[in-house]
Amino acid sequence: MKQFLSGNEAVARGLFEAGVRVGSAYPGTPSTEIFENLHPYESIYHEWAPNEKVAVEVAYGASIAGVRAVAAMKHVGLNVAADPLFTAAYNGVGRGFVIVSADDPGMHSSQNEQDNRHYARAAKIPMFEPADSQDSLDMIREAFEVSERYDLPVLFRMTTRVCHARSLVETGEPVTPEPLPYKRNAKKHIATPANAIVHRAELEEKLEQLASYSETCPFNKMDMKGGKVGVVTAGGASLIAREVFPEDTSFLTLGFTHPLPLDLIRRFAEQVETLYVVEELDPYMEDQMRAAGIDCIGKQIVPRMYELNPTILKEALTGEVPELKEVACQAVPRPPVLCPGCPHRGFFYTLSRRKNTIVTGDIGCYALGGSPPLSAMDTTVCMGAGFTIAMGMAKAFEATGEEKTIFGVVGDSTFFHSGLTGAVEILYNKGKVIPVVLDNSTTAMTGQQDNPGTGYNLEGEIAQAISIEGIFRALGYRKVITVDPQDLDAMKAAIEEAAACQESCAMVVRRQCVLIKRLPLAPARCYVDRELCTSCRICLRVGCPAIFFVDGKSMIDPNQCVGCTVCLQTCPFDAIKKEE
Amino acid sequence: MNENNVKTILLAGVGGQGTILVSRILTHALMAAGYDVKMSEIHGMAQRGGSVSTTVRYGPKVYSPLIGKGGADILVAFEEMEAVRWTDWLKPQGLAVVNDYRIRPLPVASGAAQYPDNCISELEGAFRTVVVRAGEEAIRLGNPRVMNVILLGALVQAFGMDAFDWEGALEAQVPPKFLDINRQAFERGRQLAQEGPGSED
Repeated sequence: MKQFLSGNEAVARGLFEAGVRVGSAYPGTPSTEIFENLHPYESIYHEWAPNEKVAVEVAYGASIAGVRAVAAMKHVGLNVAADPLFTAAYNGVGRGFVIVSADDPGMHSSQNEQDNRHYARAAKIPMFEPADSQDSLDMIREAFEVSERYDLPVLFRMTTRVCHARSLVETGEPVTPEPLPYKRNAKKHIATPANAIVHRAELEEKLEQLASYSETCPFNKMDMKGGKVGVVTAGGASLIAREVFPEDTSFLTLGFTHPLPLDLIRRFAEQVETLYVVEELDPYMEDQMRAAGIDCIGKQIVPRMYELNPTILKEALTGEVPELKEVACQAVPRPPVLCPGCPHRGFFYTLSRRKNTIVTGDIGCYALGGSPPLSAMDTTVCMGAGFTIAMGMAKAFEATGEEKTIFGVVGDSTFFHSGLTGAVEILYNKGKVIPVVLDNSTTAMTGQQDNPGTGYNLEGEIAQAISIEGIFRALGYRKVITVDPQDLDAMKAAIEEAAACQESCAMVVRRQCVLIKRLPLAPARCYVDRELCTSCRICLRVGCPAIFFVDGKSMIDPNQCVGCTVCLQTCPFDAIKKEE
Repeated sequence: MNENNVKTILLAGVGGQGTILVSRILTHALMAAGYDVKMSEIHGMAQRGGSVSTTVRYGPKVYSPLIGKGGADILVAFEEMEAVRWTDWLKPQGLAVVNDYRIRPLPVASGAAQYPDNCISELEGAFRTVVVRAGEEAIRLGNPRVMNVILLGALVQAFGMDAFDWEGALEAQVPPKFLDINRQAFERGRQLAQEGPGSED
């Protein structure tokens, strides 16, 4: 029976059909729903790991122990996990081992748009690139076969529009591969130089065998329609190319893209007068084709930045711009904002009023603390950098003699992901930095996943809740301040106490995210007494989407307000009240 | 070009307005009618009160799940200004179904920018436009959240899609306890598109 599945759901189904037994992942858009959709499949142990490096190692360990295993993450997560990946390629696998990387062309929800296809080349491992949900299911099954046949981890590279587009999928029958009996094999699995030197040469041999597989791989398909124009394309971009090129265009559509089937491409090229290569982001295929002496038209016309779509590709090919109707009306930007009642608001509002303050942020909802009107953030780089960029700035200011109070900010999930080492660094190397964990008891931005601090695991079962304060104390922080950011007086006092502290001091700013589903929220609302409102606009500085300035006075939208009272606490005239 | 027999519906709104549920009801009905369907949605950061869009494409064979500028046959805007934001994605001869409803973005709420006054009149000047007061009607029906399904009803009426099995699609996609009110919302949307201003052609 055909089902209408997203690419992520299709991968989840494919993992079940492939007989996978262990999966580990860290949530990250656009990959998150793969693991959220593993719930129906009781045969697969699956978990949220603290970070992607842990996820890859856990899955790899399971593969070594003899069962099929998967790790999944967003593109930047693979940077974190690159270390085990490269050596896993040397040592090889036990049962099949696949790493899913979901790239985000166009940066819908990401800090960069790196093209992770380069990882397959750099780590010398096979790579699949599905175009739609059917591909996602079929190819993930084949990926495990390839992993076992060639004794290598396999990279499964998706993109946002493959993960989050839905299409019809024919599901299949699951296979149940026998677990491999585990036997210690030191030569294979202990990566000392003596063994690595041997593995290095074996890896080259495997790559040669894979190059032959690529030439005949059923997912690399030639579709000859004529000898005039031919297109080499892969992944999500292949669907856009199919849509835009005329009916009489010949296609070579690649689903297995490392190693590339260069002989197949060459044969295809010989059969057409003009050869295009259509790929999203970097000239990954084009560069290799050119190096192999295959002339083609690619990035000289197809953009190398941002997400590709049919209009952009058509314009690149033909110069045709779509006919559009103009409207004499300009839409005001609508950037994402912290939700009404978001616990981060009180923290960033308080810091936004403080002079001589540096706030280094991190990846998560709280990056929005850097947006106007709060504008209370200096940097956002990557997971964990909230603590360590702060450290570098502190050392630079020590050198230059500049007096600043520096708050290094991470979220709770981020703290467990890669904040721990930064917390050690600050203490060990005497940084004048106050590490702050904004603990909203969830991984909020990706859709409220649990993490080691929440007391629940991916299956919603009770888990050991790991104490953030306990970790700071165990490391040796002399003072650990815990504060509720919704109480602005307490928040301000805590910040001043931390800033004045002569010893090592860490902060845990704790209140639960308003979107956590298992929390019943008592209905409560604030409203503006228009008689008392003096139009001072101070309440607008908290940046709450429920507060408007209408007809010269502030007003609170009762449909959006959750009664957090942060705005009420900022009003100098007591014009904001809370409904009883 | 191969896009000829494929229709594209672009749903635009603000995070939290329920564009994805409407897309799922739509795709359910289209698939039940035997079409090839692709749908593309956006998750993550944009959902935090930002501008969101979902694309539904159907036809005998659909390749790309997404479109570019000038690629949509229908724009269903859950909010006035979001309609304006996405007009470049609508074909010149396309249909706009617009909710007469405003959600002020932060720059407007804080007084840093003005909400444009002429969104709907400009749309009506440029496109065949159906304006629906879905916000008011949803409150009248007793649940402001069913605004989305009122808009779906209006779309179905205005685009002549009544031959599909909407009852089956609603049943399949809406949780049972909200089914009744969503049925009412759907019917109300159809009526509004029939009688409302701007639907004369």
